[in-house]
Amino acid sequence: MGETVLKLPALDYAALAPMLILFFAACLGVLVEAFAPRGWRNPIQLVWSLLALVAALVAVVLRVPDVTAENAQTAVAAVSIDQAGLFLQGAILVLGIVSMLLFGERTLENGGPFVAQAAITVGSEPDRRQAAREPGATEVYPLVLFAVGGMMLFVTANDLLVMFVALEVFSLPLYLLCALARRKRLLSQEAALKYFLLGAYASAFFLFGVALVYGYAGAVDFRTIHTAIGAGTGNIVLLLIGLAMLAIGLLFKAAAAPFHVWTPDVYQGAPTPVTAFMAACTKVAAFGGLARVLYVGFDRTAWDYTPVLGVIAVLTMLLGAILAVTQTDLKRLLAYSSIANAGYLLVGVLGGGREGLSSMMFYLVAYGFLVIAAFAMLTLVRDADGEATHLSRWAGLGKRSPLFAGIFTFLLLAFAGIPLTSGFTAKFAVFGAAMGGNQTWLVLFGVLSSIILAFPYLRVVVMMWLSEPGETTPSVSIPGALTSAALMIGVLVTLVLGVWPSPVIELANSASDFIR
Amino acid sequence: MKYLSILTLAPLVGALVVAFVPRNKPQLAKQLALLVSLVVLGVAVAAWFAFDSGDTAQRLQLQESYTWIPAWGAKFSFGIDGIALVMLALTAVLTPLVILASWHDAERSKRSVPAYFALLLALEGTMIGTFAVSDVLLFYLFFEVMLVPMYFIIGSFGSDVPAKQRQYAAVKFFLYSLVGGLFMLAAVIGMWVLGGHTFDWQTLTNAEFSTIAQRWLFLGFFIAFAIKAPFFPFHTWLPDAGGAAPAGAAALLVGVMDKIGTFGILRYCLPLFPEASRWFAPWAIALSLVGIIYAALLAVGQNDLKRLVSYTSIAHFGFIGIGIFAFTFQAGSGAVLYMVNHGLATGLLFLVVGMFVARRGSTLVTDFGGAGKLMPLLAGIFFIAGMASLALPGLAPFVSEFLVLLGVFTVNKTVAVIATVGIILAAAYVLWMIQRTTQGNLNPALADVAPMKKDLNLREGIIVAPLIVLLIVLGFYPKPVLDVINPAVQATLSDVVTPERADPAPATSTVEAGK
Repeated sequence: MGETVLKLPALDYAALAPMLILFFAACLGVLVEAFAPRGWRNPIQLVWSLLALVAALVAVVLRVPDVTAENAQTAVAAVSIDQAGLFLQGAILVLGIVSMLLFGERTLENGGPFVAQAAITVGSEPDRRQAAREPGATEVYPLVLFAVGGMMLFVTANDLLVMFVALEVFSLPLYLLCALARRKRLLSQEAALKYFLLGAYASAFFLFGVALVYGYAGAVDFRTIHTAIGAGTGNIVLLLIGLAMLAIGLLFKAAAAPFHVWTPDVYQGAPTPVTAFMAACTKVAAFGGLARVLYVGFDRTAWDYTPVLGVIAVLTMLLGAILAVTQTDLKRLLAYSSIANAGYLLVGVLGGGREGLSSMMFYLVAYGFLVIAAFAMLTLVRDADGEATHLSRWAGLGKRSPLFAGIFTFLLLAFAGIPLTSGFTAKFAVFGAAMGGNQTWLVLFGVLSSIILAFPYLRVVVMMWLSEPGETTPSVSIPGALTSAALMIGVLVTLVLGVWPSPVIELANSASDFIR
Repeated sequence: MKYLSILTLAPLVGALVVAFVPRNKPQLAKQLALLVSLVVLGVAVAAWFAFDSGDTAQRLQLQESYTWIPAWGAKFSFGIDGIALVMLALTAVLTPLVILASWHDAERSKRSVPAYFALLLALEGTMIGTFAVSDVLLFYLFFEVMLVPMYFIIGSFGSDVPAKQRQYAAVKFFLYSLVGGLFMLAAVIGMWVLGGHTFDWQTLTNAEFSTIAQRWLFLGFFIAFAIKAPFFPFHTWLPDAGGAAPAGAAALLVGVMDKIGTFGILRYCLPLFPEASRWFAPWAIALSLVGIIYAALLAVGQNDLKRLVSYTSIAHFGFIGIGIFAFTFQAGSGAVLYMVNHGLATGLLFLVVGMFVARRGSTLVTDFGGAGKLMPLLAGIFFIAGMASLALPGLAPFVSEFLVLLGVFTVNKTVAVIATVGIILAAAYVLWMIQRTTQGNLNPALADVAPMKKDLNLREGIIVAPLIVLLIVLGFYPKPVLDVINPAVQATLSDVVTPERADPAPATSTVEAGK
């Protein structure tokens, strides 16, 4: 004895490759900031980030056929890159690529949507200089890469501590990104500060939950927690309070009521590309993580958490829908609709089993593309002050720009869950899963909130088509190639998933398996 | 031949093509839309002859099936029974006439003409879709998507009412229908989970649902259909929508779209949930009776022509309702025949009212008066349409109304007697409407309105002629339609009623009774 051998954990680099690619690319992106000439940074960063995301996606896809129950877990079972994890990672990457296109848009507004430095005020000399020739903050690209990498780790973390680290890795870049809007600066900075403060609270809750669960199970990895709950020897109070605190941290990110209050402010204040990115990718990450915690670690307490989370789901759906009715700003309206959608996702999760998981994953993909397309549309309606997001300003847009209004109407119908759009198939999937899991009451509340939620969407349609254009109706800008591409992808996916959802449903079905 | 998929897809493809006709070529868009609707009519006629109405024929015919979402057990599958066939034919007959009648409507609203005709075709395609499919999810899909074209037709192209009122009517229509649709969605999902993850109608009719589950599922479907039809007390959207929509679209709205409600009850509620249907039948009959009397009273008091016709429809839907839920063969086939005849009669009435309104520029009864002196021909047709609406013997609606009352009388005399009061009220509102608009002394204000002096023109003659011919022919010889309807009604009722209660009235005797 006497000789202690410290064994290095075995790392399966093939499984970790997607994340490694992203983190490496992000670090290199920071170096580009330091060394590349100012004028070159934007194209370099954009191409580099897109390449990194695509490379990571390729790595994920290549990994799919090799995954087995035995080799899914790596790094001492701290990371579990299983089929569901790969599906979620792939979803985050694809949605990340599409929203990255919005980040790169520079033709809508000279100088882009991001401010170069937080202290620069609108209309000042440096701001004008940016409008003339500078690209604005190109740091956003590495920040997005870090965030995407963190999200990918988050959905595959098999251990509460790794999960916490991943949570911070993807949250911190998001806080920064929110503060970088070039227009309506104070709103943006206020949003970032709010998000940061509340996010820090949520993280603290999560960490405290980890500690309590450790007190219960004596470990932080899901397999041990699962076993400990099965044995039932620990102090149940520690377990339940610990799980509740974990859930608070996760539901905060998922924007579920009553932890949703940051959402409208942050969605409104953040630069619109960031909002799109958050609405699509953060949702995937948050629900992927939540599902893994509930399905893998704590599935044996399902009897305890299902009613509580059911109440939260109902609250989220109703609150999101009712408050959406009163909104007059489109970004806030979409924020409240995203809260309601968090409720629908939760309904799917509570359906339980493979169906619950696969319906949730399908919903995440469908909703992600839809919401990116919707926010991309918002970036197009502009006046001298930037984006015109007040509802009243959209009056009569249908007469001036029928194509724009037509596409946006289609997206709103998708939000409302009208058939032939992905909104319908996705809703059907989660409600079906919940009904199959004997959660009929959740479906009834889901239907009720859908009815309420249809009204605000319809109001926008009425505004665009049936109202007369006013003096101040803003113009619809011609989107640049990048925004057009993002929009086209979003709209097409929304249509295809509505008409022919089979391939994605089958993919989600075959991937709906967490490895414990 | 793949009749049903062609019938469903042709108008939808046509709508897409018409939508992309440049705005400065409105004439081309109109001609194209008319052509498409005539092609659809031709295919529908072919489908009518391909349909086998013999006693040994299959219940669902002209079936087609294509894969759609195998993971959910949903298919693009088509198949019609006799009830669906007559509704489909009604849609195919009415749409070209409505397109002709709407020839100048889009210009009046100063909106894009191709868009209007594209919406009309999209409406036709989705409505035919609801009749032609045999997959419940696909039915739900068409049922919901149908709202979108109608919403824009009412909201953007209604021209007889102020913009605010139009918007209100469009949103109210959409929300009411959506509420019903979402209840149905919950029921569809529930049925899918309990019925073994399939949407196939034929498979589901054999599924055994527990009593409680049946009642809830029935309720989900029934609320959707009762809002669509509409039955009292879900009816308040119809007068607004009917009043705000352009007259042609209103004819389609009341003539066909609302029938999807009663069609849905016959196709989905009764065969899928027979036990629950029996349990709810007294309630449904009560609602229908209230609808007959209440809507007729409101119709008597209306001063707006289009709203008046809408209210008369609600009353008529009450008759269809008691006919369906009486669960006798005569009442059932009477109710289905009523659906067809009402489509023709009220369609005609709406179209003629549209002609009046387009000339006068007002929908108010009091703005007319003695119009028959200026336009004897149009007034005469208005009179015929009105007589059809009050079910004058010799015109088609009489046969169906008589069959319904006869069938109801055999099982419940009280209901039949109360419903008869509706006939008297129908005479009151129709005759009063005709008297106040076309009879009596000429309203002096009319003399200054130049268009009021133009009687029926050729286009309008072409529109009304087929409807009047059909109303008279079916009034004397309803056999061709009844022959198609009867096996389907028999099959539907045998799902619901235990054999000893179904009175075995053969088809021929009902025809005798009809005459």
